[in-house]
Amino acid sequence: MKSTQEIYNLLKEKFQEKVIQHLNTLPKEEVIEVRPESINEIVEFLRDDKELHFDNLILLSGVDDANGSKNKLEDGTEEITGGTLSVYYHIESMDLRHKLVLKVSAPRENPEVESIYDVYGCANWHEREAFDMLGIIFKNHPDLTRILMPYDWEFGYPLRKDYRNPEFYQGMKVPY
Amino acid sequence: MALKTEEMVLNMGPQHPSTHGVLRLEIELDGEIIINVKPHIGYLHRCFEKHCEAMTYPQIIPYVDRMDYLASIYNEFGYAVAVERLLDIKVPERVEYIRVIMGELQRIASHTVAIGTYGLDIGAFTPFLFLFRDREKILSLFEMTCGARLLYNYIWVGGVSHDLHPNFLRQTKEFINYFKPIITEINNLLTYNKIFIERTANVGILPLDAAINYGITGPNLRASGLKWDLRRDDPYSIYDRFDFEIPVGKGWMGTVGDCWDRYYLRILEMEQSLKILEQAIEQIPDGDITSAIPKRIKPPEGQIYARVENPRGELGYFIMSKGGLQPWRVKVKAPSFVNMSIFGDLCRGHLIADVVAILGSIDIVLGEVDR
Repeated sequence: MKSTQEIYNLLKEKFQEKVIQHLNTLPKEEVIEVRPESINEIVEFLRDDKELHFDNLILLSGVDDANGSKNKLEDGTEEITGGTLSVYYHIESMDLRHKLVLKVSAPRENPEVESIYDVYGCANWHEREAFDMLGIIFKNHPDLTRILMPYDWEFGYPLRKDYRNPEFYQGMKVPY
Repeated sequence: MALKTEEMVLNMGPQHPSTHGVLRLEIELDGEIIINVKPHIGYLHRCFEKHCEAMTYPQIIPYVDRMDYLASIYNEFGYAVAVERLLDIKVPERVEYIRVIMGELQRIASHTVAIGTYGLDIGAFTPFLFLFRDREKILSLFEMTCGARLLYNYIWVGGVSHDLHPNFLRQTKEFINYFKPIITEINNLLTYNKIFIERTANVGILPLDAAINYGITGPNLRASGLKWDLRRDDPYSIYDRFDFEIPVGKGWMGTVGDCWDRYYLRILEMEQSLKILEQAIEQIPDGDITSAIPKRIKPPEGQIYARVENPRGELGYFIMSKGGLQPWRVKVKAPSFVNMSIFGDLCRGHLIADVVAILGSIDIVLGEVDR
């Protein structure tokens, strides 16, 4: 078992500026933030290293940080420009019994994150879901299409904080 | 003259009795052999996670019921554990016992549906009717406790909504004694049926390394041979007090991780659940059940991932709070969603008749896949 601090030191030594910071001030979970373009090589190292052996991706979740500038529109809704979208990776080692949370942040206007589908098989659908819900683009993903929403949904990404429902979808009234 | 051959694409669903809900499978066929299966999900999508961002923490509980509607109690259980850890609430002893009893009853109810409908998919009609008759008894126990039969809103953050009915423990004991011989009966009817074995043994083999790589959890992972059960490996509530075994797949009728193993593991798990129930009924203390329910839930800024062993696998809640009355983000790790993602690989190279056998053995609930 290794603590997040030990893993952070290991990663910092190996990947240097690709690992940004260790967030441990907020309660309950410590997070290691890394650069979005190097997440793939970092999780590959975490999986293959004998002493870390993170063999299981528990969860991959996209989050809208909504930390850009907000401007009110006429109809009362908000529009957000700038800021970031984040992806959290919960990984664990099933035999060594340690867990780790990784985080990457990408700019809202061009949210590009490296895909990790070739390291963890289940990331394929999780990444499609994050793309579907938040519009995070996973580079090198083999099939980045919508998964839960209809394939022809062209009204944006529902889990973004400034999402607005369309009036009509294929002739059907959407707000009820 | 050579015959012209070409591959065929067959559409199964969205409305199909064997897809256990609204699921569309796009099956590429070469004669009868499957080349590829592409599942199209999302027909039951309600954007549960978006709803959560507009509601307070207790208001979310009725919504989590509607994800895995065959194991609603367990969805509430997982959510309550997550929020309690975020708030550092210690739950009274009696509540913990009630939760475990309800959770294990729910596990049996969920597995009876899984086993019954699996028999139905393969062509055995009788076990389905038998098991639904018995599931009804469990639902009556739930109805007696909280008034609802399918979607309970029973487990709240910090407690439960109602105390047990005075007759509940006695009737649960009666149910345990009634249900033990039923398992033997189902074994004789279905498990060791030659036709059933031929349809399921050595079909849809899931190797252990692929299972771990794809994040498969629950009975499907254990059928592939790994002893991994969150009740033992990442204990929550009071599961560390009970004595029970974790069955793993041994390839009884064919290869480790085939459809028969996955099916049989659920039978074995029902036996273990009965064992936990017996101990819990013995040990349950008297006491208050509402003392730890907070009046107003407003967690500090932070995040938590908590997980429980749902009948279908690891059900996890990732809750992010920015200090408000509503969560900033709730993300659910739905076991069915993850288990479904390996479906295409499992089917490749099998006959088209095996699609139904493999799909039934994974035991998905589409309400949870689509959320």
